[in-house]
Amino acid sequence: MSWFRRRKADEDVVEEMKFYLAEEIDENIARGMSQNEARRRAYVKLGHPQQVRERLWRQNTIALLDGMGRDLSYAARTLRRSPGFTLVAALVMALGIGANVALFAVVRSVLLNPLPYREPGQLYSIFEDGVDNTGPTRFMPVDAGSFGEWKKAAAGTAEMALVSPWQQYNVSAEGGKLPEQVDAAWCSWNFFSTLGVAPMLGRAFMEADDRPAAAATVILSNAFWKRRYGGDPSAVGRQLWMDARPYTVIGVMPESFVYAGSMAGNTAQVWTPVGHDAPPVLMHEYSDHEFIAIARLKAGATLTGLLSQLNALQRQIKIDHPEASTHDKVTGRTMLDDAVSEYRTSLWVLLGATGCVLLIACLNVASLLVARTAARSKELAIRAALGGGRWRLLRERLMESFLLSMMGGAAGIVMAWGALEWLVKTRPEMNRVEAIAIDGTVAAFTVGMVVVCACFAGLISALSADSKQILGGLQEGTRGQSAGSARAGLRKGLLVLEVGLTVVLLVGAGLLLKSYQRLKNTDLGVPVDNVLTMHFSLPDVRYKEATQQVAFMEKLIGHVRSLPGVQAAGLVSAAPGQGWGGDSVMSVVEHPPMPKGQGLDIMLRGADPGYFSAIGIRLLKGRYYTLDERLERAHVVVLTQSAVKLCFPGNEDPIGRHLRVGTGTDGPSYEIVGVVSDTRWTISEPVHPTLYWPIYGNDYSGATVVVRSTRNVESLAVPVQKVIGAMDADLPVSNVMTLRETIGKTTLGSAFDSVLVLGFAVIALVLAAAGLYGVLAYLVTQRTSEIGIRIALGAQREGVLRLMLLDGLRPALVGLVVGLAASAAVVQLIRSMLYQTEPLDAQVFAVVAAILLIVAGVACMAPAWRASRMDPMRALRME
Amino acid sequence: MVKRTEPNAEMLKGTLDMMILRTLVTGDAHGHTIAKVIERSSEDVLEVEQGSLYPALHRLEDRKWVSSYWGVSENNRKAKYYKLTALGKKQLVHETARWRQMARAIALVMGETVPEVEL
Repeated sequence: MSWFRRRKADEDVVEEMKFYLAEEIDENIARGMSQNEARRRAYVKLGHPQQVRERLWRQNTIALLDGMGRDLSYAARTLRRSPGFTLVAALVMALGIGANVALFAVVRSVLLNPLPYREPGQLYSIFEDGVDNTGPTRFMPVDAGSFGEWKKAAAGTAEMALVSPWQQYNVSAEGGKLPEQVDAAWCSWNFFSTLGVAPMLGRAFMEADDRPAAAATVILSNAFWKRRYGGDPSAVGRQLWMDARPYTVIGVMPESFVYAGSMAGNTAQVWTPVGHDAPPVLMHEYSDHEFIAIARLKAGATLTGLLSQLNALQRQIKIDHPEASTHDKVTGRTMLDDAVSEYRTSLWVLLGATGCVLLIACLNVASLLVARTAARSKELAIRAALGGGRWRLLRERLMESFLLSMMGGAAGIVMAWGALEWLVKTRPEMNRVEAIAIDGTVAAFTVGMVVVCACFAGLISALSADSKQILGGLQEGTRGQSAGSARAGLRKGLLVLEVGLTVVLLVGAGLLLKSYQRLKNTDLGVPVDNVLTMHFSLPDVRYKEATQQVAFMEKLIGHVRSLPGVQAAGLVSAAPGQGWGGDSVMSVVEHPPMPKGQGLDIMLRGADPGYFSAIGIRLLKGRYYTLDERLERAHVVVLTQSAVKLCFPGNEDPIGRHLRVGTGTDGPSYEIVGVVSDTRWTISEPVHPTLYWPIYGNDYSGATVVVRSTRNVESLAVPVQKVIGAMDADLPVSNVMTLRETIGKTTLGSAFDSVLVLGFAVIALVLAAAGLYGVLAYLVTQRTSEIGIRIALGAQREGVLRLMLLDGLRPALVGLVVGLAASAAVVQLIRSMLYQTEPLDAQVFAVVAAILLIVAGVACMAPAWRASRMDPMRALRME
Repeated sequence: MVKRTEPNAEMLKGTLDMMILRTLVTGDAHGHTIAKVIERSSEDVLEVEQGSLYPALHRLEDRKWVSSYWGVSENNRKAKYYKLTALGKKQLVHETARWRQMARAIALVMGETVPEVEL
């Protein structure tokens, strides 16, 4: 009530009492008493003035608040007295809380927060389900032919839109700006309205724009608009030259707009209407899967309902179009699930790992507090004996751990902020990474974390100070043989838990690391050092005829080969490790026709004859095709080993046989002239059967230049780009990178996960080791006189060493067993994150067990050694 | 020393606030006067314990039933005067009514005259 002005009230009452005394004395004198008697009687009547003051003070006090304030200052004082302990404990808390807050922020922003669209819960991504020769695959892209039928059939249940997010355009040089290749998306005119997002400048596409005959229109992403036009609003209405054709800019998307799915990051810089920009034939094709469908369900409709409707339709489509590459099933998931499917498991695993670290941190702080309680047992006993309330003593423990957690939380949130900055820089390719932020919820989570940690650590230590033990402290204090063994028991229990969690983390880290190593060392099929790649694609407006394209490519590679420092160079449609690059269903001409709906799925690569030796693909049989086999004479192919296995399972000689595109009996056939070694299209997937055919012909308008050098191949990037620029100043070059960098990019996610989990595991290991050391060091101190007596009575130093060592190692051993058992169950959860590594990898488990034992041994050795070297006289005198 | 017989103390606990308020009806007064007036009016049966008086005054002030100001006493000393507030007057009416009711009830139970009980 008047809690804040009680000091004033106290002064007042002192003044009042002074007045009372004076009046009373006057009155007594008036009654005829002597001065002394009058004073004495007045004092007697007043009573004890201090008591009055105290009573008033208490009356003006909110007991709990006052007690807390006192506890707080008391706890702060005790913590200040042992700055080492305080610093270590707060740091441990900060690590635990910081890591958790950071991961929580990521999980919330990436996995849980809704997408920035209108009513995002109603939005779904629709895919086709298919079977290829690697087995059933889910969530495959969609063909425009099927989509057209879906859209009509589902008009009552959902609004459906089409998007093809993996397109590219060459933007021409103009007004001093360099030519560049930009990632782009084709979309149906209702794509933006289906998402519920409108351009911030200009207008969205209209149905009239989405036709082959319409004028060319383009909508810019916010980033592209800022970069290319410096954020000038008058960009709308201007012409942008893409692939050597003029497009009218009709709109600019807001900065907040993102589109990302499982197959496309948020990379599209320009958007064009699919009906205008895609080849018209593609829009009625059932076997070319170039799109992703999105659907906004109408009120009351469900995904299951929509899918059953589409599935019935798709089965009919498969009957009407029985080609092998027509799919017969439709599937879908929410757009959010689709965007984050790749990161879900790893983020949850990381959050789990940080949770373990925090639990270990709490256990460690609890253990430290227990040790302090034990060390202060006499103080506590005396206070309890003098009437210190149990609740009061417990409150003090809690206050101490609360202060530690507060400090940890404050430092932790700073750490979390730093960690998030780092993450956003390290993983720019991650979907929704732009949404990561520390907001109110994350702050509230931090506060909650602090309170939970404080209560957890505080209660464990507080409850360990049992009232019986407190008084026992006075009795056992005189002769310390068995002092505090009960409390050490509790700490050993905590240690078992700590070691167990550490083992789980270590096993997880070990598996991820092994998987990462496997991934990194996967053989791409070619030597990866000193190989530079860059991509260009020729706009068909300027290079209309196949002969023009071939002439350009041939001239270009000739120039590149003559550059100083270039050992070898070649052209290919897609370099190893750099992606799928197109496939087709094929059949062997000499074999009987295959059953309907089946075919040989083979990946297609165009390459010039010099490519094979330049990149390091070995010829196993037959010959490479020649420079002369081009254009209309380009009907020759070279198969990879795995393609031979797929096409000729009967071990026949493939040379001289023929392949045909599709499963029909018409169309050109291609003669097989050679067999070469396999390469991987991406490092994390198995080898796919591939064929090579001449890039001079076979409709290739773009190529990847592959340059091999003896050393420092990066230094060739500029000269090669200059060669291209000299031949066509408008032609942009993209994806300039070495094969090494390609692999690094592919393995980034795996490297990230394994390094982080390893980091957490190491922290956990250090904490557990510190815990082991602390408990044993404490035990040794407690048993100093006992050990002294033992040694004085003739115990061998080695015996003492063994005794103490075993005492410390026992919780470590129990923890190890518990941890290994728990790991065996937990690792099943990360199976999907592992590459060519079994969850129950014996090697990893063995190494973890060994590391843990060594670390535990080292941690226990120091105190045990000290115990065995003890001077018995000094030990006995310590009492 | 104040006589501290148990029933007396108990009686005071419930009614001291009321009596202080009653005392202030006749005019503002300081602690010493209030104690004296209560003692005199009760023909010295009730002795106001200073340890109760000042906490009681502060309590009444907290509840806004009295207000206080520093003034000068009859003997030219600095003294804290207490003044009955409107809220305090209302409270006094309420308390008085309750007290009357209670006193009547107790009198009824005990009968017209208090019987002589041999203890």
